[in-house]
Amino acid sequence: MNQFRYLPITEQDRKEMLEVIGVDSTEALFSDVPASVRFKGELDVEEALAEGDLFKFMSQLANKNVNTKETPSFLGAGVYDHYIPSVVNHVISRSEFYTAYTPYQPEISQGELQAIFEFQTMICELTGMDVANSSMYDGPTALAEAALMSAGTTRKKKILVSKAVHPEARAVVQSYATGQHLEVIEVPIKDGCTDLEALEQLVDGETASVLIQYPNFYGHIEPLKEIEALTHQSKKAMLVVSSNPLALGLLTPPGQLGADIVVGDCQPLGIPASFGGPHCGYFATTKKNMRKVPGRLVGQTVDEEGQRGFVLTLQAREQHIRRDKATSNICSNQALNALASSVAMTALGKHGLQEMAHQNLQKAHYAVKLMKEKGLDVKLEAPFFNEFVVYCGRPITEVNRQLLDKGFIGGYDLGRTEPDYKDHMLVAVTEQRSAKEIEAFVDALGGVLHD
Amino acid sequence: MTKTDQPLIFEYSKPGRIGYSLPDLDVPEVAVTELVPEDYIRTEAAELPEVSELQIMRHYTALSKRNHGVDSGFYPLGSCTMKYNPKINEDVARLPGLAHIHPYQSEETVQGALELMYRLQKNLEAITGMDEVTLQPAAGAHGEWTGLMIIRAYHEANGDFQRTKVIVPDSAHGTNPASATVAGFEAVTVKSNEKGLVDLEDLKRVVGDDTAALMLTNPNTLGFFEEEIVELAAIVHDAGGKLYYDGANTNAIMGIARPGDMGFDVVHLNLHKTFTGPHGGGGPGSGPVGVKKELAKYLPKPQVIKTEEGYRFDEDRPNAIGRVKPYYGNFGINVRAYTYIRTMGPKGLAQVSQDAVLNANYLFRRLAPYYDVPFDHHCKHEFIISGKRQKKLGVRTLDIAKRLLDFDFHPPTIYFPLIVDEAMMIEPTETESKETLDAFAETMIQIAKEAEETPEVVQEAPHHTVISRLDETLAARQPVLKYEKVE
Repeated sequence: MNQFRYLPITEQDRKEMLEVIGVDSTEALFSDVPASVRFKGELDVEEALAEGDLFKFMSQLANKNVNTKETPSFLGAGVYDHYIPSVVNHVISRSEFYTAYTPYQPEISQGELQAIFEFQTMICELTGMDVANSSMYDGPTALAEAALMSAGTTRKKKILVSKAVHPEARAVVQSYATGQHLEVIEVPIKDGCTDLEALEQLVDGETASVLIQYPNFYGHIEPLKEIEALTHQSKKAMLVVSSNPLALGLLTPPGQLGADIVVGDCQPLGIPASFGGPHCGYFATTKKNMRKVPGRLVGQTVDEEGQRGFVLTLQAREQHIRRDKATSNICSNQALNALASSVAMTALGKHGLQEMAHQNLQKAHYAVKLMKEKGLDVKLEAPFFNEFVVYCGRPITEVNRQLLDKGFIGGYDLGRTEPDYKDHMLVAVTEQRSAKEIEAFVDALGGVLHD
Repeated sequence: MTKTDQPLIFEYSKPGRIGYSLPDLDVPEVAVTELVPEDYIRTEAAELPEVSELQIMRHYTALSKRNHGVDSGFYPLGSCTMKYNPKINEDVARLPGLAHIHPYQSEETVQGALELMYRLQKNLEAITGMDEVTLQPAAGAHGEWTGLMIIRAYHEANGDFQRTKVIVPDSAHGTNPASATVAGFEAVTVKSNEKGLVDLEDLKRVVGDDTAALMLTNPNTLGFFEEEIVELAAIVHDAGGKLYYDGANTNAIMGIARPGDMGFDVVHLNLHKTFTGPHGGGGPGSGPVGVKKELAKYLPKPQVIKTEEGYRFDEDRPNAIGRVKPYYGNFGINVRAYTYIRTMGPKGLAQVSQDAVLNANYLFRRLAPYYDVPFDHHCKHEFIISGKRQKKLGVRTLDIAKRLLDFDFHPPTIYFPLIVDEAMMIEPTETESKETLDAFAETMIQIAKEAEETPEVVQEAPHHTVISRLDETLAARQPVLKYEKVE
């Protein structure tokens, strides 16, 4: 009798198959593995569990974690707790989608291809750009790819990245830049946004691109208009904007403000936090740069009978064709999460996206109003979307521990990555937080800090 | 399937319809103009669809029916390991305690997640024979780049700045040379010999004191085990280079041979392949990287460690190559891989590789009389046949692939590896039954006959798909990459 439910070959099958192959045993098929490297004994891997026991065990692991479905969270900093319409999970659970590979055979992959084409369209709509690809690993690697693309396009090696860009995104950009021997220079912050005077000084003929986050890591809405003008004072330099796509339901799209590349992460649209991944990077640019884009692109075409259909296109950019000359090494992307985001964007639609963004704006401002009334030290230096900074005057880890005792997941400890922001907390308020939760949280935080 | 058009979701849109439900705003509302400067208030809404919930479900259900997945039918796509994607994995990954946790929660509130990551790291170390594993890379190519950056950091720490070349076999995946470029190296090709293995003489020719690493898939993309692996490793190591293992084909060797014992210094695994990811229509994947002790300090940070007080993130790694991804990798995929490993255990994983190799060899033998066989010896988990014989009859490998669609089979990988003309790369995986293999073999045999007797049937295939062959030239010449509303 077989022992494993995923393995259908029976003893009888094995016998018949070995006969056709012309060997006595499966072992004979491994005779080319030199004895010196042949593994002996059993792998030191944890033992198998029966399905029911395994589910119980995994549930126990899961239950050791505090989850944001049960504990209201004010934690953001790039990953947010948002409304996910039920349809999203139902669509991505259709195994025709999740058990398929990259749609290299268009005749039997029209579903995936069309879904990606729709995703590309929605990203273009949100960002105000002409072309969007089928997805990247996440926002920060999309930003790094944008930096590489700017260097490739301009043949310049200097990348200016605002210090108000997410610290982990800056770190990822730095890692990619090291590979390509690019120079990364950080532009300082002034009044919670990119320091415009410093930027003006730093942009020069050697600049490949300026990397800005909008709204930035601290929640502030960067003055993109001014930044665009300063960036393009150098003819070649490209403006790369990393944007929370939800914020673009309310904010002027970077494309309208002169961005050359817009990237970001679709996590706020239909994707659970999942301890930081998988999320879904997006990458959009202008028509002019279409053939420099990293990753897969889906295009519309016709079949032999003139019927509309979709294919992977402009593949001469990609690693499987161009190998070492490819625009990027990316192969697998985040297709299923792009589908999740597409479904979420479809369900929210034209009005829902605006309304959700509006609720984030209103609720975050309500929280600030209450905190100010309580005498908390909110650091408001510029207009903001759904996140803001509070000075706590005490280690945030300690504050958060006490907030947890009161039933809340507190904000991000800015001091952990930004020494200038020691004892500062970055608070996110999304549409998921009710007025009551916001009020209770402000009370709790006030209580902790006034103790 | 009958030929039909499926409207775009935008074409169902009608002003006023909604597909969402948000609660009424329960906080005092302030005019947006008081909160956001005018220049930054969006004036025109993004043209997203306006559709009802049922319309959404019907649309995506219709799309799903126009898509072939492993659950739909046989998917012998070489080098992609299209095995069954277990359903318990999906259920586990959706548990609120795993799906709805934030990466910046304090360590004491995510002990279960850290424990899971730690256990997965240990299991992957055991499977590969490496000393330390990072779960951070998002996919195979991302793992390659991470591994090469680690190798680069190692050489540079030794003052070996002249090691600028990465050697890649001519049979390698395209990501290998592409990753080498992104990591700042020059890719150099080493030839395969008449057996489809790395040519040792050619390797000796290209290796030198400018060699940073040799990237190798073992078994290679032709499906053969590099039987001279020990000699290969010695050549590269003697020259001061490192050996990189592309884990795309790990499905062939679990419990059989470990990269760490073969002499590899760095390994990446594709958890969406061997460890049942799933593929998701092209992603997300997960590409953990394992290294030998002397390279461990260069692994990206943070690493999950076990201490007496519980599981922790180790951020204090001064030699780390930095961050390759935000947060801790594609955790949700890692959850699935760990669930799979605990379903199979050590015995099960070894059985997986044995059956994968058995299935491939069986199918290979069944097809060998009807197609060209460029390298005729036992394969591992996949094998190559060539459509050269059929091409002489005017039937190309592409036609054979398209004809398979009429029988609800996903075609093999075609025209790869590049060193074989009219290549068809077939990987059946261990989760397929003998009956399925036989049905596929019969179909391939029938197509070989059709190529001789009624070639037009193959040349004009597919006949039964929702759409016929698409004009890819038109798509590339006049790119239409998004929907434009016709007013």
